[in-house]
Amino acid sequence: MTVFARSDTSILGRWWWTVDRWTLTAVGALIAFGIIMALAASPAVAERIGLDYFYFARRQLIYLPIALALLVGASLLSPRGVFRVATITLVIFAVMVLATFVFGTEIKGARRWIALGPMSVQPSEFLKPAFAVVAAWLFASARTGALKHGNLMSIGAYGVIVGLLLLQPDVGMAVVISSVWACQFFLAGLPLFWAAGLAIGGVAAFVLAYFTLSHVASRVDRFLDPSSGDSYQVDRSLEAFMNGGLFGRGPGEGTVKQVLPDAHSDFVFAVAGEEFGLFVCLIIVALFGFVVLRGFAKALQETDLFILLATSGLVVQFGLQAVINMGSTLRLMPTKGMTLPFVSYGGSSLIAMGLCIGFLLALTRRRVGTEAAR
Amino acid sequence: MTGKRQAPPEKIRIEGDRKTAIEMGRNRLMVAGALFTAAFTVIGIRVIDVSVFSENTEPRYTRSIAKDEKHNGRADIVDRNGVLMATSLSTASLFANPRLVLDPEQAALKLATALPDIDVKVIEKKLRSNRGFVWLKRHLTPRQQYAVNRLGIPALNFQREARRMYPMGSLAAHALGFTDIDNKGLTGIERYFDKELRTRQDNMALSIDVRVQHVLEHELGVAMKKFSAIGAAGLVMDVTTGEVVAMSSLPSFDPNQPNAIAQDLRFNRTTLGVYEMGSTFKIFTTAMALDAGTVSLHGGYDATNPIRVARFTIRDFHAKKRWLSVPEIFMYSSNIGTVKMALDVGIPGHRNFLTTIGMMKPVAIELSETGSPLSPNRWREINSMTISFGHGLAVSPLHLVAGVSAMVNGGIYRTPTLIRRNPSETPVGKRVITAETSAKMRRLMRLVVKNGTGRNAAAPGYLVGGKTGTAEKVSGRGYKKKALISSFVAAFPMHKPRYVVLAMLDEAKGTKETFGYATGGWVAAPVVGAVVRRIAPVLGMRPIKETDPVRETLSIEISGKSARERRVATH
Repeated sequence: MTVFARSDTSILGRWWWTVDRWTLTAVGALIAFGIIMALAASPAVAERIGLDYFYFARRQLIYLPIALALLVGASLLSPRGVFRVATITLVIFAVMVLATFVFGTEIKGARRWIALGPMSVQPSEFLKPAFAVVAAWLFASARTGALKHGNLMSIGAYGVIVGLLLLQPDVGMAVVISSVWACQFFLAGLPLFWAAGLAIGGVAAFVLAYFTLSHVASRVDRFLDPSSGDSYQVDRSLEAFMNGGLFGRGPGEGTVKQVLPDAHSDFVFAVAGEEFGLFVCLIIVALFGFVVLRGFAKALQETDLFILLATSGLVVQFGLQAVINMGSTLRLMPTKGMTLPFVSYGGSSLIAMGLCIGFLLALTRRRVGTEAAR
Repeated sequence: MTGKRQAPPEKIRIEGDRKTAIEMGRNRLMVAGALFTAAFTVIGIRVIDVSVFSENTEPRYTRSIAKDEKHNGRADIVDRNGVLMATSLSTASLFANPRLVLDPEQAALKLATALPDIDVKVIEKKLRSNRGFVWLKRHLTPRQQYAVNRLGIPALNFQREARRMYPMGSLAAHALGFTDIDNKGLTGIERYFDKELRTRQDNMALSIDVRVQHVLEHELGVAMKKFSAIGAAGLVMDVTTGEVVAMSSLPSFDPNQPNAIAQDLRFNRTTLGVYEMGSTFKIFTTAMALDAGTVSLHGGYDATNPIRVARFTIRDFHAKKRWLSVPEIFMYSSNIGTVKMALDVGIPGHRNFLTTIGMMKPVAIELSETGSPLSPNRWREINSMTISFGHGLAVSPLHLVAGVSAMVNGGIYRTPTLIRRNPSETPVGKRVITAETSAKMRRLMRLVVKNGTGRNAAAPGYLVGGKTGTAEKVSGRGYKKKALISSFVAAFPMHKPRYVVLAMLDEAKGTKETFGYATGGWVAAPVVGAVVRRIAPVLGMRPIKETDPVRETLSIEISGKSARERRVATH
């Protein structure tokens, strides 16, 4: 803890003493666990699809420093800097999402990836934190009168981005962005009548998706009635928790990772349950819960609406992804391919998460007065 | 907040507005926080629920994984009720690339620690060869494979292979047959349907019922041991469909050990072996004569004196030395009377009849091991005379059972099959005698068990009827007096037959209980009786009460002396 002297006034020194070290510690623990899981879960998957044993683990360890650098770098920003970086990020990656329609590589029926030198990037991942910040600024500006049509601009930007995502198609990403945006709108003081309308609209969109998108329908059907179709993956996932019991079978001793196609990403929590057991799983749940609630607590103390909205938007995004991932692994909701922040394999997801938490830490840093955003 | 209503100066209003906005944001943030708290709590509870309170049962997916690997290049064989009789399992076979072996001697010695049954010298020689591929041992068990892997010898590798397994062991081994190490069918159904089994996706269902098969093999085995016979054969056939429900040839073998099967054990006595059947053939002679109308049930023949033809003398075993009615000829198994019946029908008629009921060519059952009957090159009177009581024509036990089925089922001959037939697909068959003649034969066969030589085959409630047969075995140019083929062929329930059962013992020796006799009535009839008593309940048949209508359909009037005088008078 005494890396930096209290009197150190260098950038990093000030950063250390003003940043929310509790959140930083919790996120650090999740990252450390993510490294362990990359080593535990991914070799089985790599071997099965004929890649080098540690292919995924090695790639994950290459992405990690980038993500960490982004995290620390972003957390050094001032709130205004966060807004600027987020705006630039949003524009760049929205253009890249557009580019996927032309240059994108098609994987499993969707064009989500764009090749960038040796690695491929999923630009939509970066839209999530960037849009949360930009939307927060638009709502806050509208509310404080700084921007006359802030709400309309926010609605417009939301429409464009969700439209792009649905064209890919990436329904999961669209759902997360919509939820975060709706939540921010609600926090920004949306009249309850309209909030109800928004909720009904959400339900309607879900019903529409059920009836128009066959894979959504089949997933919901299988969740409601497991005997109606193949519930193989989630059954194996539950079996993993059963096998794990209280203390788990031990690192590397799991069996579901041999059969689950997404053991290293969507079902990484099940692998954790089998190999490390109940207590470690509860610690992970607690870590996610801690980061989310700590973020909300920080937002509560905030006197600046932009910071409040942006902080909660980022926290909701982080928490929602964790809840959806763990919830579908535990058969609490229909399966939805969603990465578990910092734990699942996935370069774009990891780096984007680094940006997200970097923004969060930047916004929740202790600062003198509340003028920072102005 | 009250300032809002009083329309304060611009700057303060904005300041107040900002405060309300923050206030509202904070309040609503509490809602979001509460929702997330609830969500994470539910997830935590669910993890505990799934990890600790779920029933830790066996993995649910072993079966579905096995399903993908099920078809190992050869379809399963099941019995008529779907019980598994032959299947293929994945195994690993050990091979080596000798060019990569560093120290053949060391490698062979190490291998012997994991596979004690290998010959170290042979393995070492194989490893020294200059080839790129040698088999070291086929079909290792998973434990053996693990042990070999643990040795860490380079240049060794495993090839996944399928191995044919017969979970019932030696049960119905002759019908099923077995495959060689490359899963090629060598005998039985495995050979006959080799190609089909390789390609078909679903199971192949046999007509065999393993429960009946087990009873038949058990009872035959007991009798074989008791009477020190060198072999035994047995069949159970459904007379309404032609399906063979059980087929047993003893001694048998374990098809799971193809290398250990001696050549003579493979011999299927029921289909490949041809024997002079003896008196059971009198069923055909009598049916033929009744059907031709040359004699009626009330008619009869004089059996006082043996018949002398050329250098043979045909005499009766249970000689009555008087005129015998047809039921008596059948009941006492009179050779003299039967010969006279055949001669009245005539040689061409006799020969044609036996051809019609399939006694002149191999049975067209789904086996490669079918024996050709041994019939006389030139059919003279003497041949007809001896064949009438079952000598001079050698057929397989399956020939006999198929023929007897046609005699008792109303007169329809159906080719026997080992494949399960849907009731709707039962072949029409071929009429060989009239329904009336068949009804008469049922009465005659029932009489044999009630009052004649087959009393040992009785099974209370199941109305067994049959015919004994005892034949001396051919030895060189003559017959061996002490080497007998003792058999009993029966049907039940006799008022409406459903199954024909045959038991045959090869070179049975008499015991104290049988007073030294090794004839069909003494050694084979009890087997049939025991088999019927055990299989009838298994096949879902209720014991039949001998009510008046039943008794009526099976009763027979034995014409006495007065009838003889009447007959003599009319002639």
